[in-house]
Order: sequence, then structure tokens, then C-alpha cells
Amino acid sequence: MRDERPAGEAPWRIVRSIGFRIAALHAALMALSAGTLVAVLWWNTAGYLDRQVERGLRADIAEFAAHHRAGGLAAVAGAIESRLADDVDNESLFLLLDPRGAKRAGNLEAWPAFLAPDAEVGEGRLIRDGVETTVRLRGLAFADGARVLAGRDVGARRQLQALVADAVFYGLVLAVVLAASGGVLVAQVLARRTAPLLATAAAIGQGELGRRVPLSGNDDEFDRLAQSFNAMLDRIAGLMEGVRQVSNAIAHDLRTPIARTRAGLEEVLRGAREAEDLKAGIERGIEELDRVIGLFQALLRIAEIEAGARRSAFAPFDLAATVEDVAALYEPLAEGKAIRLQTAVPPSLVLVGDRDLVAQAVANLLDNAIKFTPQGGLVRLAVSVAEPWAEVSVTDSGPGMPEELRARATERFFRAEACRSAPGFGLGLALVEAVAQVHGGRLDLGPGPGGLGLMAVLRLGGLGGGSEV
Amino acid sequence: MRILLVEDDPEVTRFVAKGLRESGHVVDSADNARDGLFLAASESYDVIVLDRMLPGGMDGVRLVETLRATGCRVPVLFLSALAQVDERVRGLKAGGDDYLTKPFAFAELLARLEALGRRSRGEAPVTRLAAGDLEMDLLARTVRRAGQVIELKPREFRLLEVLLRHAGQVVTRTMLLEAVWDYHFDPQTNVIDVHVSRLRQKVDRGFAYPLIHTVRNAGYMLRAEG
Repeated sequence: MRDERPAGEAPWRIVRSIGFRIAALHAALMALSAGTLVAVLWWNTAGYLDRQVERGLRADIAEFAAHHRAGGLAAVAGAIESRLADDVDNESLFLLLDPRGAKRAGNLEAWPAFLAPDAEVGEGRLIRDGVETTVRLRGLAFADGARVLAGRDVGARRQLQALVADAVFYGLVLAVVLAASGGVLVAQVLARRTAPLLATAAAIGQGELGRRVPLSGNDDEFDRLAQSFNAMLDRIAGLMEGVRQVSNAIAHDLRTPIARTRAGLEEVLRGAREAEDLKAGIERGIEELDRVIGLFQALLRIAEIEAGARRSAFAPFDLAATVEDVAALYEPLAEGKAIRLQTAVPPSLVLVGDRDLVAQAVANLLDNAIKFTPQGGLVRLAVSVAEPWAEVSVTDSGPGMPEELRARATERFFRAEACRSAPGFGLGLALVEAVAQVHGGRLDLGPGPGGLGLMAVLRLGGLGGGSEV
Repeated sequence: MRILLVEDDPEVTRFVAKGLRESGHVVDSADNARDGLFLAASESYDVIVLDRMLPGGMDGVRLVETLRATGCRVPVLFLSALAQVDERVRGLKAGGDDYLTKPFAFAELLARLEALGRRSRGEAPVTRLAAGDLEMDLLARTVRRAGQVIELKPREFRLLEVLLRHAGQVVTRTMLLEAVWDYHFDPQTNVIDVHVSRLRQKVDRGFAYPLIHTVRNAGYMLRAEG
């Protein structure tokens, strides 16, 4: 699928990308934490200085008020003089005006213009020693009309505050810029690392089923994603191959008997002169069609078992009795070929499962064993417990099966070349395996004891009351 | 027997009805569940053949449930393209007596219908079965032919019992597999034939005439007269 959006929308794609969103979130969090830090810093530095000045001014005014009550203007003037004498930093400002408005004491010449005559507090600029500076002032009017003013030169503090504010501002800007560029970087990395995945998915979408995601070799999250993606693709490819084989096999195994039936019927139609011939031909046709129906039913049954629909029929049953039963069913058949059928089955073994399915699976295994064992051979049927499984093993003294065929023997329609002529559809073991799987077990094929013949072991779960159900 | 056939496919209806009439039965048919239910409730049949899926909102299972609710005990054989075991179980649970999957051989259908029809005639429990000079005592579990005791294994006894109960009727291989072994699958090899031929060895060999006959393309029949 091609991306048909116009180029003008490209910036929006960046905004929508997960990398950008991560970066934006990151930047916001960074700005928030930086802002919190700055607020705390401000409160503890610049704010602290302001509070200190304010406390000093209040203390001064309170002191002057006490002196005025005790000794009138003269006492206040004396206090101011002594304070000025002690002021090493030359930070303090004082002014005492008598009731007529004339200066009695202090280092200020006149009541500053920015402060109303009866104002309690104020801040402004004034010229001091020829330099303009910022001052903070607090005034008090006495009952007799005299006025006193206490103040501090806060110019240096204001400069410090401005410096801190600048640092905070540029720091924030830098943090946001860094976060944003980091985000763009993350977005680009993400885009670069997901590109092969997207390209592969798109290629597969267009039918290039063999494509796989290349690995970067970093063994990181993206490599692991790519690996599981590839594993999934391999599995799908395997299934597709299976389906292809089955459909080929259906085409062959179904078409052949149908073609044969058709040819046979046509021949009868053209050639038969006698009613007897006609009847015989039609009977042959029906037999052939019955084979096709049987094939269909076998396929459907495997599909049904694999779909797990039959778990509803799970119930406790006696595996030992079931196996004995099937052995009894096949015993005459074995006897007909002079094959000895030995059974080693415990008196009772209760299993939770589907009796009918297990019986069919064991029947298929026995059927195969008897079919492929030559005259006078031996077939052994045994039931045993090997936790967590109940095992049914069928061992024959036939020609066995080479290892490379064993792996494929449970494929649907798989029939070894050597036994193409033997009756059957090549579905028997596929059904046994499906039965094993629906019972939480599996089918294992191997050589018999001494490497002779074939041993099929059907492992079934469901021992001891059906944890499998 | 009077047989009611409820089936919506006209070709299947024609083929089945023709076959059943040729076998000497009287056949009524309906192509939907409503008419089928009406006929089943108003007439008296020995057996009903019922398609599992029918048009018109009411399927075969519902029909049987309704019929059973009215107390009608006529045996019902389901005929269905739904082969899954669950479907079969559903059909039998609803009150059906047998279940046959399409496509089917006519001989199989006929054999099963005749077996069902006989059951519906309400025989008392038997303790003794006989055909010609063969006698089976179900209580003592003994078999005699022409006065001579025949030793049979339990499965052989059961096999002969099923054949005897349906004496004069065709019994198919699948019917035998179901009745004697209770298996509902199709063994790839015809193991049943081997069992029957073994039984024959014991029951027919050395006697005046054979009792167990093979019916081509159908199954077996136990018949007293040659």
C-alpha cells in the first residue's frame, strides 16, 4: 500500500509520529521540573533577600516609635545618629522631619517624591552620592506631626534578582530546545528502525511472500520484534505450504478416483450390450464414488478433530478396555495374515477423553501395522503409563520407515512411494496425530526394538481425572 | 411399513420414495417441516425419515422436539449433510432414533429403517431368538444349531444376536460396527467382513444350508431359507 498523501502534510506526519510524541512529553516534563526548581530557588534567594529587608525596616520603625514615646524627637534623632554611625555597608537610609517639615536628622535630604507624606511603605529610585539606585522605604507619622523614614538601598539585590531571572529564562529555553531536538532524534531513530519492518510487511502485502525483515545485529527490542515477526512469517509460510500440499493432494487423490469413475461409466455406456454388464459397471462406479466419499469424510473428520469441537464429548473412559476392544476387532484380520497380535494391557486405566476418537486412532495404528507386516510377522500392542501421559504403543515387524519419511508420515495424504499401491488415502496417521493433539499429547514414530520394524507411540493426556479438559 | 419422508430436496425425495415403494413400503412425503409435523401428528406412521435442515424457519430437530412433546413415539431417522459428531448428538438428544449422513447408500437407509420399524412394533423383551435350526438363548448365553452346541466368543455372540434380531433384513457393516462395538467411525479396512466370515465358519460350516448371506453393496442378512 502506497502513501498517497501530498508532500505538504509531511510536517504533520512528524507531529503524529510516536517519536515526536515521546519527545514532546519529555520536553514538557523537563520544563515542568525545571520550572519547579526555579520557583524553589527564587523563593529561597531573591525572596529571602526581600523578606530580610522588610523585617529590618519594620524593626527600625518599631524602634523609632519606642524612642519617640520615651524621649520625643530628640531620642529618635539620637537613635538615628547612632545607627548611621554603625552602618558599615552604607546601606541604611534615615530621615527625621520635625512637625514643621524641617530635617532633624538622617542621611536623606528630603522626603522622596515617589512616597506620599503619609505613606507607610514604598520603593523607588533616587540619587545617592551621585549614583541612581533603588531604595525601599518605610515611613511613620508621629502624633505631633513629626515624621520618620527608614530605608535600605536594594540596588545590588535587584541586580542579583535580575541575574537569577535571566539565568532561569535562558536555562528554560535551552531545556526546551534540547528536549525538542532530542525528540526529533528519537523520532528519526524510530522511523529508521521501523522502516525495514514496514517495507517487509508492504512487500508481503504485495505478494512477495519470501521477504523477511533484516536484523540490525544489535539484539535490541527492534531485533527481537523483527525475529518474532520473521518467525511468524515462517510459520505462516509453513502452513501455506501445508495447505498447498493438501490442495495438490486433494486435486490428485480426489481427481483420480473421480476420473476413473467417469471413464468407467462412459465405457459402460458405450460398450455394455448386456444388462448384466451394465449393472456390473454401475456397481463399480458406485464403489469408486464410495471411496471418494470416504476420503471426504476422513478429511472432514480430521478437520473436525483439529478444530477441537469434539472436546465436548470428553468423559472418563477405560483406555485399557478400549484398546483390548480394538485389538479384538483386528485380531481376526491379523490371524488371516498369520500375524501374531500380542497385547500387554493393564487391567484398567481410566483416562478423560473421547473414547470413540481414541478407538479410531488405535484402530488406524493397528490397521497400518497389520497392513505393512508380512505374513507370519508380529504386532505388539501395549498400554502403559509414563507420567504425565498414558501411552499406547504399536510395534510391528514390518519393513519399518526411514527417518526422513517418519517426519512426514503424519502429513495429510503423505504416502511413501513404496506403498502407493497399498490401499488407503494417506490420512490414517494424520488422524492419529490430530487425536493425540486434541488429547494434549502427540504421536511419535520410531524404529522398533533392535532397529527393526516400526514403533508408533500414541501419547495421551487426561490421566487422573482430566486436567486437560 | 408406512413411512413419512420429510425432505426439501425433490431429487432425494423422489429417489428415496421410489426405492422404499419398490421395497414394499407406503410412503408419504412433505417438503417442509410444517406439513411434515401436520402429517406426523394426524396420521399414523411406523417410521419417519427427517432431513436435519429444512426451509421455513423450523428445522428437523425442532420438528422432533415438538413431536416428542406431544407424546408421539414414532421412531425418527435423521438424514443430514451435517456430519459432525456434535450434530449427530444433538439430533439424537432431541428425540431422534438414528442418524444417517448424506451422501448415503440406499441399502443403508433401507436397512436402518426396517430395523427402526421393527423396534417400533413394541416387542416384549425376548429371551430366545431363532432362525431355521439355529437357536440362541439370551439368558444362558448359549447357541445351538440342529441341536449341536456352538461355542462363541462374547463379540461373536453379540454379532450373531444382532443378525438374528434383524433376521430377514439387511444389516449393513456400519450398523454392525455401531451395534456390536459401539464405534461411530469407518475403519479403513473391512474388519467387519473378517468377523462375519469367522462367525460363518462356526455357524454355517458343516450344516445343511447357510444362514448368513452376503448382500452385495449393502451388508449381510441372516435368512433361514436358501
